[in-house]
Amino acid sequence: MKTRTLTAVAAMLLAPGFAMADPDDDTLVVNGEIEMVTKTEAPDHMSDTYVDTIMSGWHFRSDETQSLQMDDFDNSGMVFVDIGRDQWNTAEGGEGKSCASCHGTPEESMEGVRATYPKWDAEADEVQTLAMQVNDCRKSRMDAEPYGYTSGEMANIEALIAVQSRGMPVNVAIDGPVSETWERGKELYYTRTGQLELSCANCHEDNYGNMIRADHLSQGQINGFPVYRLKNAKLNTVHARFKGCVRDTRAETYKPGSPEFVALELYVASRGNGLSVEGPSVRN
Amino acid sequence: MKPLITTALAVLATSAAATAGEVAPKDVTFGEYGAVEQSLTGKPGDPENGALVMKTKSVGNCISCHEVSALKDAPFHGEIGPILDGAGDRWSEAQLRGLLVNAKKTFPGTMMPAYYKVDGYVRPGDAFTGKAAEEPLPPLLTAQQVEDVVAFLSTQKEQ
Ligand code: HEC
Ligand code: HEC
Repeated sequence: MKTRTLTAVAAMLLAPGFAMADPDDDTLVVNGEIEMVTKTEAPDHMSDTYVDTIMSGWHFRSDETQSLQMDDFDNSGMVFVDIGRDQWNTAEGGEGKSCASCHGTPEESMEGVRATYPKWDAEADEVQTLAMQVNDCRKSRMDAEPYGYTSGEMANIEALIAVQSRGMPVNVAIDGPVSETWERGKELYYTRTGQLELSCANCHEDNYGNMIRADHLSQGQINGFPVYRLKNAKLNTVHARFKGCVRDTRAETYKPGSPEFVALELYVASRGNGLSVEGPSVRN
Repeated sequence: MKPLITTALAVLATSAAATAGEVAPKDVTFGEYGAVEQSLTGKPGDPENGALVMKTKSVGNCISCHEVSALKDAPFHGEIGPILDGAGDRWSEAQLRGLLVNAKKTFPGTMMPAYYKVDGYVRPGDAFTGKAAEEPLPPLLTAQQVEDVVAFLSTQKEQ
């Protein structure tokens, strides 16, 4: 971190206007009761990077945007949690079942679930994201149409499930059967794509805290997903965000739900191991 | 209809290859440290247009990464690369041209994109559509735009 600190000091001396760009030291407590870990020591697997502290994207947003996540009445993402709850209780498909038929209330059955995905699914013999698990239930247990991978319905259900783990540490496994997928995800994270030849790491590892035009670069963490963005006034899923970032390198994107994005999600999630689950969070 | 046809032909000519008298992206020769001695157009660049290229998001978008005091009429200058004030003192015209054409020849591994390069990409896309595109891609800047930016940066002197 030495060079980064020196650069920051130099930048402050030269251009006082830019001193604000560093992530702030505010603390995030939701509804006056859920204390979020938004900064913590980087997980061991990141020891080959110079990132020693991992930080939620919350730290990189303006005070106004930050405050929207501190109370559920101000958090527009919570509206979608309610819609998600209606979906949860609605019987659909050939089996005439709802999520509730098998899982009861989300409070009973979904606590801690968000924190460990993506994870190994032994039956399917592959790494599974939360979205894949939801669609797996819809197909095999409800005989219902799968949700679109980045659809509003999927985002709503993900928000309902995430909220049951708010404040719990992200704890994604990276060894054992998932290790190959994790390695693939890591490779994708560092691959410079498109005509601008930029990797995730160029922006979110080498330059977090810096401004890129009007945007304050964060570490690109996904502990806050799904994310309510003020920019498009809706809930956004992880793979939709990945797609946008890859597109911005002037590259051919991967498809949401593709093996590449599943691997990338596992890897990026693991870079947030130890941060609190924040979904649904609020960003600009 | 004649003017229309002429324009159409001109467009074809630029997209197919560099216009006559220009050095095509694949024919650029770099010095040992990444400088490009030969002008891409053979004519002096226009510094005013260079400034415009640097500020405009859909064109050079240089200020997304660099702060440039002389371009402060455009908002939101980034902090990824060095401040470019005084670039004309630090770099010769040939070095600036090399930085624009392909900065990786000067700074291996740099984050700065290559503005006059057409192939060798991983998953090249069709601009910002997210769709695949076939190489060779059109370069990010035309030969003339590169020369215009070089001309502008050469005017950036602190002493
Ligand atoms: C050209 C720069 C750039 C590249 C390359 C890039 N991103 Fe981003 N990304 C941004 C910007 C700008 C934002 C919005 C500000 C922020 O949260 O960092 C963003 C936001 C994000 C977010 C949302 C964070 C939050 O808290 O809501 C995630 C997740 C993310 N990026 C992941 C990635 C991944 C994964 C890759 C590689 C596939 C990638 N990005 C590549 C610029 C980039
Ligand atoms: C995505 C970020 C990015 C963009 C866009 C970008 N640059 Fe850079 N540029 C850099 C970085 C980073 C460096 C520093 C080189 C290094 O050490 O990697 C640099 C270095 C330079 C230098 C040498 C700086 C000095 O004075 O020492 C010049 C000149 C320059 N850029 C001009 C431009 C121009 C002109 C454009 C647009 C046509 C541009 N850059 C676009 C990132 C960028």
